Amino acid sequence: MNTKALSEFLLHIGDSQLILSHRLAEWCGHAPELELDIAMSNIGLDLLGQARTALSLAGEVEGLGRDEDRLAYFRTEREYRNLLLCEQPNGDFAQTIVRQWLMDHYHALLFAALSNSTHAQLSAFAIKSLKEVKYHQRFSSAWMERLSLGTQEAHDKIQQGLNELWRFTAELFVLTAEEQQLVDAHIIPDLNLLPQRWLEMIQPELTRFELELPQTGAYRRGGKQGLHTEHLGFVLAELQYVQRSYPNMVW
Amino acid sequence: MNRIQHVEQQCWDILQQVCDPEIPVLSVLDLGMIRGVELNATQEVVVRLTPTYSGCPATDLLKAEIETALMAHDIHPVKVVVDLSEVWTTDWMTDSGKEKLRAYGIAPPQGSAQLCGTHVALQDGVPCPCCNSQHTQLLSEFSSTACKALYRCQDCLEPFDYFKCI
Repeated sequence: MNTKALSEFLLHIGDSQLILSHRLAEWCGHAPELELDIAMSNIGLDLLGQARTALSLAGEVEGLGRDEDRLAYFRTEREYRNLLLCEQPNGDFAQTIVRQWLMDHYHALLFAALSNSTHAQLSAFAIKSLKEVKYHQRFSSAWMERLSLGTQEAHDKIQQGLNELWRFTAELFVLTAEEQQLVDAHIIPDLNLLPQRWLEMIQPELTRFELELPQTGAYRRGGKQGLHTEHLGFVLAELQYVQRSYPNMVW
Repeated sequence: MNRIQHVEQQCWDILQQVCDPEIPVLSVLDLGMIRGVELNATQEVVVRLTPTYSGCPATDLLKAEIETALMAHDIHPVKVVVDLSEVWTTDWMTDSGKEKLRAYGIAPPQGSAQLCGTHVALQDGVPCPCCNSQHTQLLSEFSSTACKALYRCQDCLEPFDYFKCI
C-alpha cells in the first residue's frame, strides 16, 4: 500500500473538516438567532472531532512521528490539502448555508462510499462521521429550503451565495495519479464516479428551490496540490497563532 | 473465577462510578462506551473506550477519569485505548440508563438508531420527561451539547433536552 498517497488523502479530508470547522466557529456569538448560533457551533465541533480522527490517522499512516497537533499547527498553506470551498469567507448567512449544503451532500456521498474501505480504521472513521453528517444535512437542507422558498430577498441571497461558491465545486471528487493505487486496493472509492452521483443528489433540490447554476461553471482547483486562495493564509494565522507564539506549549 | 477474571470484574465494578461530566447520573457503562476490559500479556489492564460523538469534549476527560478511578483502587498499570472499530450508537445505552436520563429531566432516545436509515428524524411528540405528554414541539435541533436537541412541552410548558438517536 502506498502510505504517502493514503496519508495525503487523509490530510485532504481532515484539513477540509478543520478549516470548515474554523469558518463555522466564526459565527459563534454572531448568528442571526440563538438556535443558529448553537447549531453552527455544534456542527463545527462535530467536524473538528472528525478532523482530529482523520489527522491523527494521517500522522499514524505517514509514520514520521507527527500527531494531530503537529499537523494542524505547524504546516503552512502550501502543505494544507483542504478543498478551496472550505476556506472561502463566510459571507452572509445565506452564503454560509449554501457552502454547508454543498459540503454536507459531499460528505454524505464520500463517507457512504468510504464506509466500504478495506482499510479498517478509514472505514470506521467514515461510518461514524456519516452518522453525524446526516444531522448536518438535515440542518443545511432545511435552511436552503426556508431561504430559497422564503421572501424574494432571501431567495436572491441564496442564489448569490450559489453564484459565488459554485466555481469551487470542480475539485470535490478529483482523483490524483497517486490516489489511483488506493482505488485499485479498494481503500478509497473511484472518485471519478462520484461527481455524477453528487449532481443527482443536488439537482432535484436545486429545481425544487428554484435555483440556477451560474454560467461561469465550476473550475477552481488546487487544494490537493497545496495551491490555495488568498484566504487560507489568514485562517491559519488565526488558527496557529498561539501555538506558533509559544511553540510546543501544552495546556 | 480465576485471578484474571477477578481483576477484570473488579474493573467493571469500578467503572460504574465513572460518570459523564455533562450528565452526572449516567456512568460510562450506562452509555455503553466501554467496549472491553482485558488484562493483557504484560499484566496491563487495557480498557477499550469508544467515543459517543467525534467532537465530544468529554472523551479526553473520561480517559483520564477512568485511569484515575482504577489506579485509586490499586489497579495498575492501566491503559485506556480509544477504539473506533465498532461505532457508538444510542442503541447501546442501557434501559436503566434511559430511565435515569428521563428521571434527570432529559428525554431518552426514541426508537432504534438502526432504523434511522438515510434520513434522521426529529419529530414533534417526544414524550415530556416531566409530565409524559406527547404534546411536545422541537425548538432547536442542537441544544446544550451536540448530542441533544431542545423541545418544549405544550402541556406543562417546560423546555427539555432530548438525547438524539444516532
